[in-house]
Amino acid sequence: MDLAEKTRRRQRRDAIITHLCLILGVLIFAFPIYLTVIGSTHDVNTIGRGDVPLLPGGEAVANYAQAWEAGGGRYMGTPAGRMLANSLVMALLIAFGKIAISLTSAYAVVFFRFPGRMVCFWLIFITLMLPVEVRIIPTFQVMVDLQLINTMTGLVVPLIASATATLLFRQFFLTIPDEYVEAAKIDGAGPLRFFKDVVLPLSVTNIAALFVILFIYGWNQYLWPLLIVNDRSLETIVVGLTKMIGGGDSQNEWNVIMATAVYALLPPVAVVLLMQRWFVKGLTETEK
Amino acid sequence: MRKVHFKGVALPYLLLLPQLIITGLFFFWPAGMAIYQSFLREDAFGLSSQFVAFENYADVLSDPTWLESAARTGLFSVSVALLALGVALFLAVQADKHIRGADTYKTLLVWPYAVAPALAAVLWLFMFHPNIGLFGRLLNGLGIPWDYRLNGGQALTLVILASAWKQVSYNFIFFLAGLQSIPRSVLEAAAIDGASPMRRFWTVVFPLLSPTAFFLLVVNLVYAFFDTFGVIHSLTQGGPGKSTETLIYRVYTDGVMNLNLGSSAAQSVILMILVIVLTAVQFRYVERKVHY
Repeated sequence: MDLAEKTRRRQRRDAIITHLCLILGVLIFAFPIYLTVIGSTHDVNTIGRGDVPLLPGGEAVANYAQAWEAGGGRYMGTPAGRMLANSLVMALLIAFGKIAISLTSAYAVVFFRFPGRMVCFWLIFITLMLPVEVRIIPTFQVMVDLQLINTMTGLVVPLIASATATLLFRQFFLTIPDEYVEAAKIDGAGPLRFFKDVVLPLSVTNIAALFVILFIYGWNQYLWPLLIVNDRSLETIVVGLTKMIGGGDSQNEWNVIMATAVYALLPPVAVVLLMQRWFVKGLTETEK
Repeated sequence: MRKVHFKGVALPYLLLLPQLIITGLFFFWPAGMAIYQSFLREDAFGLSSQFVAFENYADVLSDPTWLESAARTGLFSVSVALLALGVALFLAVQADKHIRGADTYKTLLVWPYAVAPALAAVLWLFMFHPNIGLFGRLLNGLGIPWDYRLNGGQALTLVILASAWKQVSYNFIFFLAGLQSIPRSVLEAAAIDGASPMRRFWTVVFPLLSPTAFFLLVVNLVYAFFDTFGVIHSLTQGGPGKSTETLIYRVYTDGVMNLNLGSSAAQSVILMILVIVLTAVQFRYVERKVHY
């Protein structure tokens, strides 16, 4: 056996090992989802007995329809359709709200000179160090005082301040050449015109990338809706799903719960897969 | 720094106003309240409160159950971070090789980023429930008594696994970006020098990846401290007993469930200091990374 043959063999063996490792990795992430999807196609007794099947059953339509229209579990009855709509509205408002106020803040800080500019910048920056988890109770009290409990406004507005998005736009705006600003001034274009006709079109890629990340951030909110919402008509799907499970009783309507879990997973996963390229770029550039 | 600017003072303030109002109302005001309340103690009926200086802090820091929570949070966070980082680095190195279908593998490893921590917990519950879960039943069938609702160690293991599982794809994305930014010429030079693949990884690739790894370590620790609230709340509610109660979960139970405002506020302030330290470390390091 000559050397070339030996090398080729070794390379083939290495490639096979690499493939096996990656397939194992993919399976570790896909299998829990697979099991959930399978569970959502069986009737409640099959799962309740613990005879977890590995192949799909015939109850898919019934389970998904029940989850969508009536919800599941003996305790909670918010229909998944309602919860999905709430989550969607919340995630979209949070994403667009964050993008809008971060764009304007960054624009003000970068393209103007005014007293207190750096103070404003630092005030926004410091919010990075105050995640909602460390100020739960007092924030809740503020929400009560402002009568924002059980409202969509209360669910969304406190979350749309964004230090990361402001930092990202600031960094990007600093790369826009001074000549552009000069040209705009010579043409007699004011700051608002410049924002609309030059800065906004240049920022489209950044906005798209950020949108994916912020949409998922909004969709996956947990502690905040748990605190702010106890009215079932405003329930979001991630929180509603875990309320259906409760203490994990074996007698739960697991088939409907699993169908609801699939509903809760689909929108954010679809957004990530459809916008993967933008999303990866946005993630690695925002959080540097 | 930019040299050319627009004139005007009112407009920039107007543009900043929405963000400043929100940060003022929902960040600084509550944070200030937390600090203020942490120095007060309310009577049992919430009718009056008195200034107690650092007594709440002293109580929290000398409470053995709080110290246990702190130690547990440390163990939990380090386990989650190391597990998520290790698996992600291994997969990223594999996916960075020149093999067929590399892009498909990447897509299939990136999507779990979209899964909410609470949902990750639900998926793991479906697998490891002692009565209805495939693996839970399997373990019991093999004669290993498995019930994470009764056994604290098993509960903690499950919470760690679910939390790490969700975080791998995030780390994978960053490790892959880091690997792809290493110049091929450096790797080829090492290969020509006859270094074995293992040696090449530990002496060339890993040192070049260390800024990414360190950044991710901080991000993962912050994730494990705070974002895993959803995992714990939906999987174990801190139980059985207190075996999965992390510091954040404790702030929630003391404040929201037990309405012990002074103590909860003091705990919040301690956690705030922790976040400030972590964020400062992260940004200090990022500064260095820019010059790297």
